[in-house]
Amino acid sequence: MRRNGPLALIFHAIFVIIMVAPILVVCLVAFTPEGFLSLPTNGFSLRWFRTIANYPEFIHAFWVSLGLGALSSLVALLFAVPAALAIARYRFRGRDALAALFLSPLMIPHVVLGIAFLRFFTSAGLGGSFAALIIAHVIIVFPFALRLTLAAATGMDLSVEMAAISLGAGGWTLFRRVTLPLILPGVISGWALAFIQSFDDLTMTVFLAAPGTETLPVRMFLYIQDNIDPLVTSVSACVIAITMTALILLDRFYGLDRVLAGKGDPGR
Amino acid sequence: MSAAAEERSARAPWALTAPALMLFVGVLLIPLAMTVMLSFHDWGQYKGIEPVFILKNWHEIATDPYYAEMFWRTFRIAILTTLLTALLGAPEAYILNRMSGRWKSFFLLVILGPLLISVVARTLGWALLFGGNNGLVNKLLMSLGAIRSPIPFMFTETGMVVALAHVMMPFMVLSVWAALQRLDPQIENAAMSLGAGPVTIIRRIIMPQIMPGVLSGAIIVFSLSASAFATPAIIGGRRLKVAATLAYDEFLNTLNWPLGAAVATLLLVALVLIVVGSNALIERRYAEVFR
Repeated sequence: MRRNGPLALIFHAIFVIIMVAPILVVCLVAFTPEGFLSLPTNGFSLRWFRTIANYPEFIHAFWVSLGLGALSSLVALLFAVPAALAIARYRFRGRDALAALFLSPLMIPHVVLGIAFLRFFTSAGLGGSFAALIIAHVIIVFPFALRLTLAAATGMDLSVEMAAISLGAGGWTLFRRVTLPLILPGVISGWALAFIQSFDDLTMTVFLAAPGTETLPVRMFLYIQDNIDPLVTSVSACVIAITMTALILLDRFYGLDRVLAGKGDPGR
Repeated sequence: MSAAAEERSARAPWALTAPALMLFVGVLLIPLAMTVMLSFHDWGQYKGIEPVFILKNWHEIATDPYYAEMFWRTFRIAILTTLLTALLGAPEAYILNRMSGRWKSFFLLVILGPLLISVVARTLGWALLFGGNNGLVNKLLMSLGAIRSPIPFMFTETGMVVALAHVMMPFMVLSVWAALQRLDPQIENAAMSLGAGPVTIIRRIIMPQIMPGVLSGAIIVFSLSASAFATPAIIGGRRLKVAATLAYDEFLNTLNWPLGAAVATLLLVALVLIVVGSNALIERRYAEVFR
């Protein structure tokens, strides 16, 4: 294959700079020593990171986001793992329709989901509750949990299971001692990707969150609507740092291109 | 296999998918159906929501030019965003694919990584870069001599398209990248040995083969841009409304839920029709590529 020429490399450099610039500028402004939005031209300061401590609503929102992401991804996996095993192993009537239904939250705009859940949970008397947030997040992260588990289950060597069965393993033992360990990398990556999706969701959550159950993106969004100051850049910088850590771990353990390309997607 | 075992293996997939199926019917399909029904209910400032069957909201959307303008703006922004991501993302994926191993995976991480970083944080970055008439972007463009007077980015459609294109770019790169993986590098060498120049190779060999990737990326980018909320809300401000921000306003500020539900239903139906329709077109046109 031919190599990239100088023009291609210049294009590439500009492209990468544009992709990184907005994220970099947020992180840089977060370190400003000034009381207003500015790039830190004379020295770095942590004052805006310390200021976060004076805003308990941001701290509280962070814990809500963390708990919501961890729990909803876990619950999604409890539903997704058996479903993924069924879709990966059996050819049955309605299989394609089921897979399409399970992946449909990817296609339905989150604003529509937010409205549907707001209407549903309000009439069920659960409006603004943490339980409602969990259920709603389980639905939106389900496709990610399913896809990665599906990819792992599809690539699994069935003869190992056969061997275990011939040795007398069955049912729960078979799943716990043989199947689950074999698909575990996919399951863990599915959890991580689901967590990130839940942690970052704004569009759906903004409809459901009430004071007390506001997630970090919702709190940040409502804050930005009123004014943009260095405080929100330091909060954003923390969020970016958390996501980057998760991202690098995900890349190390599973490969980011595999996670994002969704290789186990039966519909494509 | 015995008859009992056979029966068990026929039931097994349903037993395994039943919990997820019940979850999806109970808390996805029913709420969606309730939203469609809500769009036919009546609403008044003082009486609230009245569960009657009425076409008032749909009539209002169909006749009031405000909604036509808002939907046209929404789709115009989505189309421009899609074009911008295709024009920049497709060449970038091609360049990326020709890099050597280590650089390739490094830059892939740099370009796809933002996909997982909070949209609020990314849009905030653009708000900082645009920042009024003497924002960094304008300063840079003016010092390069590209423009004479500053372009207003904040609270304009231009700014929304630029920021949205940045948010959506990873989807396009990823989609074209996937198409490039199916491409046999030997074909390019064969064309070269037959005397084709670089332009001919790109136009006659590469383009036709990555087109399905570009188009399926375009569908993803278009549908996500048309329903985007955070970026239009932050960059567009309170006055420049798109479908998602208008629905948000009806639900949480005006409290006219039935009208908001009608806007959301229309957006959903329009997007499903566009996505399913263009998917079918692409698959028919490029059937041999997908085989």
